[in-house]
Amino acid sequence: MIEIAWSQFTPGTALTGGILIGLAAASFLLLNGRIAGISGILGGLLTPTRSDILWRIAFLAGLIGAPAIWTLAGQLPPIEINAGYPALIAAGLLVGIGTRYGSGCTSGHGVCGLSRLSVRSLVATLSFMGMGFVTVYVIRHLIGA
Amino acid sequence: MKYHIASLFAGLIFGLGLIVSGMANPEKVLGFLDIAGAWDPSLAFVMGGAVVVGLIAFTIARRRTLSFLGFNIKLPTNTQIDKRLVVGSMMFGVGWGIAGFCPGPALVAFGAGEIKGVVFVASMVTGMILFEIAERIRASSGHNA
Repeated sequence: MIEIAWSQFTPGTALTGGILIGLAAASFLLLNGRIAGISGILGGLLTPTRSDILWRIAFLAGLIGAPAIWTLAGQLPPIEINAGYPALIAAGLLVGIGTRYGSGCTSGHGVCGLSRLSVRSLVATLSFMGMGFVTVYVIRHLIGA
Repeated sequence: MKYHIASLFAGLIFGLGLIVSGMANPEKVLGFLDIAGAWDPSLAFVMGGAVVVGLIAFTIARRRTLSFLGFNIKLPTNTQIDKRLVVGSMMFGVGWGIAGFCPGPALVAFGAGEIKGVVFVASMVTGMILFEIAERIRASSGHNA
């Protein structure tokens, strides 16, 4: 039986944030004609061509600058990172290699891919979400960390 | 110039959406991935909200060849479901489950000055560089997998 953590459940802000993420992807698509896939935008900087360095940096600057802009209006919500450094480093490597090898992450395959009804992106999304569920199960309930 | 401003704008809205939604908080993400524990389904609403907006945007985009700013609309053409897609996405899922970070939220935590976010992003970019090196070695040895 699934037990819901009602005290943690925040459907209102989750939906609002989701709509904002959707609007960001929509504006990138309808203004610039591109898919807002974060891993692809970042990874593309590693093999740059002259014409695409600047827009990639501009998009990432907006993303990285978002917390600073937020603090102009109010306090930033907590960012709780409980993983230790060895785990963070291993996870970072897996996310970096995996998103490039699989050609996308939660934004490119998840948000954009599902929005354009791509079966390829659906398979990718099920693969990473499935392994996300399995990994948390193993860490929290089998190993008990 | 307008291309770069639109990129900056999309990145910023994306980042603000991640912050509002709770996705920028790894502990919240892990609460969603932990179905066997006290489950926090909030992030399903993030994905739902983003995809509903995205569906509308892609429906509009499919009817056009140029964006509203006059740029070519470049949609992914690859529909192949292969080992790279699935294995890469599964690797990403394991990393996501370990730390609770996917690429977008990690860049937001980096921007918020969280030292663990900086370490994760450094490791993620290292993973992306390792991927590029592996691709180059593979290309020069003439293998196609």
